[in-house]
Amino acid sequence: MANLASNFVGIKSPNPFWLASAPPTDKAYNVERAFEAGWGGVVWKTLGEEGPPIVNVNGPRYGAIWGADRRLLGLNNIELITDRDLYVNLREIKEVKKKWPDRAVVVSIMVPCEEGAWKKILPLVEETGADGIELNFGCPHGMSERGMGAAVGQVPEYIEMVTRWCKATTRMPVIVKLTPNITDIRYPARAAHTGGADAVSLINTVSSIISVDLDDFAPQPTIDGKGSHGGYCGPAVKPIALNMVADIAKDPETPGLPISGIGGVTTWRDAAEFISLGAGNVQVCTAAMTYGFKIIDEMTSGLSTWMDQKGIENVADFIGRAVPNVTDWQYLNLNYVTKAKINQDSCIQCGRCYAACEDTSHQAIAMKDGRVFEVIDEECVACNLCVNVCPVDNCITMERLAPGTVDPRTGQKVDADYGNWTSHPNNPSAKAAAE
Amino acid sequence: MVNSVLTPGVTSSRLSKDELAGNFSDLHPPLDGHEALVAADRCYFCYDAPCVTACPTSIDIPLFIRQISTGMPESAAKTIFDQNILGGMCARVCPTETLCEQVCVRETAEGKPVEIGLLQRFATDRLMSEPHPYKRAAETGKQVAVVGAGPAGLACAHRLAMNGHGVTLYDARNKAGGLNEFGIAAYKTVDGFAQDEVDWLLSIGGISQVFGKRLGENLDLDQLRKDFDAVFLAIGLGGVNALGTEGEEKDNVDDAVNFISELRQSEDLSKLSVGRNVVVVGGGMTAVDAAVQSKLLGAQHVTLAYRRGQEQMNASGFEQDLATSSGVTILTNVQPLKVIGNGAAQEVELGYTKDDGNGLELTGETFRLPADQVFKAIGQRLDLDDSGLELAGGKISVDESGKTSLNGVWAGGDCASGGDDLTVTAVAEGRDAAEDIHDKLMNS
Repeated sequence: MANLASNFVGIKSPNPFWLASAPPTDKAYNVERAFEAGWGGVVWKTLGEEGPPIVNVNGPRYGAIWGADRRLLGLNNIELITDRDLYVNLREIKEVKKKWPDRAVVVSIMVPCEEGAWKKILPLVEETGADGIELNFGCPHGMSERGMGAAVGQVPEYIEMVTRWCKATTRMPVIVKLTPNITDIRYPARAAHTGGADAVSLINTVSSIISVDLDDFAPQPTIDGKGSHGGYCGPAVKPIALNMVADIAKDPETPGLPISGIGGVTTWRDAAEFISLGAGNVQVCTAAMTYGFKIIDEMTSGLSTWMDQKGIENVADFIGRAVPNVTDWQYLNLNYVTKAKINQDSCIQCGRCYAACEDTSHQAIAMKDGRVFEVIDEECVACNLCVNVCPVDNCITMERLAPGTVDPRTGQKVDADYGNWTSHPNNPSAKAAAE
Repeated sequence: MVNSVLTPGVTSSRLSKDELAGNFSDLHPPLDGHEALVAADRCYFCYDAPCVTACPTSIDIPLFIRQISTGMPESAAKTIFDQNILGGMCARVCPTETLCEQVCVRETAEGKPVEIGLLQRFATDRLMSEPHPYKRAAETGKQVAVVGAGPAGLACAHRLAMNGHGVTLYDARNKAGGLNEFGIAAYKTVDGFAQDEVDWLLSIGGISQVFGKRLGENLDLDQLRKDFDAVFLAIGLGGVNALGTEGEEKDNVDDAVNFISELRQSEDLSKLSVGRNVVVVGGGMTAVDAAVQSKLLGAQHVTLAYRRGQEQMNASGFEQDLATSSGVTILTNVQPLKVIGNGAAQEVELGYTKDDGNGLELTGETFRLPADQVFKAIGQRLDLDDSGLELAGGKISVDESGKTSLNGVWAGGDCASGGDDLTVTAVAEGRDAAEDIHDKLMNS
């Protein structure tokens, strides 16, 4: 049976599923419930510096978008870092870590961008026996207005500087949590790497307005007639997170930089995808906030079963396995020619493929008598839109044309050899194909 | 409650008032807001959707369902009413399982169609609680007589009024609604919906009602043709086919349509009488309605006897299931031979039938069923003599737009040739005839 045990930058946990720094990890009570449920670790909700506790809004903090049957697809929030006393949190962290030595307890920290502030809090955290720290450079709302969170994460020089301070001050592994609210995620990752970070974690939430109240004409969640942008998370952000994780994983300037994958992880499959793209473990928040801690049972059993099916023994064995297959568009094989094929036995004749192709694509599907839908190979560019809009799984498939056959659309023989844009005759800067 | 299901003969109060109220509650309770969203989300918004083709009134079903799913049930209702002003009743009584829902691609895919009927009700219920959504065009000065205030007549009158014509709506009964009011099982249209719908429909204005006028008795077609610019006949089928069997004249051998009508008009179901042993003869919707309602009133044994095979029954599979799940026994390939009893029915003698391709014939084997009450539901026929109208198949012959053989006279609904005898078909015919009348009145 697959071994789910995880070792992330020296931090051990019985499985690679941690709860992300967020409301589910704000107190010993929640964290202990999570551990009882089977979570491998937590990143404790972000601690701020000593002083009067943080104040949160007293109106709604969350907004959501839903799919069918009110399935929550995206959540945004305007909650700040922990609003509990620093020492209460530290005491609870210490107690929890002592009680659950096999689980990972990492502490998220956000203090002002001054060396003294970091030097002051790090020993306090270290004293709890926590396994590591995560620098919150990601929070896009509220704290960023005070020069913290994403305000730091958007300036690579600050990331490097603060990371360096932390590494110089503490023995604990330092994980730098990155904001996605930048143009190119590799720059902050490189800065963290240069500053000596043990790992990066990403993504934090995406700046967002989730919806507008059309009676009050105000963003939601609405506080007394006004709304502020929040941080977007949940299943909807997963594609953005996957791309950013892959970007870092294949960046030659940050080779082997460990990544903790965050962003819409809802099922074992999401976790496996993040890990395949280079994440060493994953952090979960929205899924737990939506369904409760019990989802860990599905995640661990699913991942374990899938690994067994694939013959993968350890989680570490497939970290980054998909990374070599993430390439640039210019290197995609232009001689890989496919055509859509509609399986008439599974077709339920809804005609969505026809509408999509006829109205918005290449007029490559014919509607025949008796609502029979057939692909016109002469027109099909293999865009895959019909596959995506078809409500029946596997009813429309993309079938590869065998090398040597003629593509009825172009009248050209399908070339057996790999050929990409860099050597394509239409490319003004084409080079001879590399053999 | 003085009686029970076991009380012999034909009697009232077999069940308590509470039991009766439960039995005659809404057959398909309406969807609430969330249920409607979930149901609406199942629609695939098909291209050239089969459900629209299957709907006799061609309602743009994917559009109205999408309007529900985007939080606009009132717009959804408008989409429905534009095509079918009796969309509220049709949402309740349409045999959707043989129309839109039968061809739903979800039915093909998973045997569970989008609940189009319930979604239509969700939308129409919302808009019908608001003021009438249509306005009349400027008065044309033209006057049209609509004879028969059932679904066809109401749909025609509404469309004519909307187009600016003045309408006089005649009916033989003392109130409008036709079969919606008198002929449909009570559990399909509860809480006085039929009359509410008539009131809502007529509130467009321009329609005056005259009751107690029956064509051929105290209403003359020739006179109507002289007095009005056009006439639309929607008189339904007033006559009930006879069994043609010995003993048919005995007491408690009744027309199913009368039983249903009485039940629909009853203010107190505990005062309605029903037999302990009931036999309903027929295989259509009316037969099922009479059989199920007999059972719901407290009859102990109800048998529906149909002379042909089950596959030829006009009642849909859903209706047949409704009957059997209500406790009705369905016998097929049996034909009543005589009603036995001293003054009143006591037994029915039936003979088995077969059809080997040479038409229906008796096998010779017979049996008897106890029957305190026998309902005839073997079809209705046109009740109109010497009108000068050409007939086809026993109905008023009409062309595609509802024109009869007489100039200036249109007809639609059950009394006219063509179409299934469904509420929704009648609405389509009334609407289309109105448009044709409008065209003729304005362009000639």
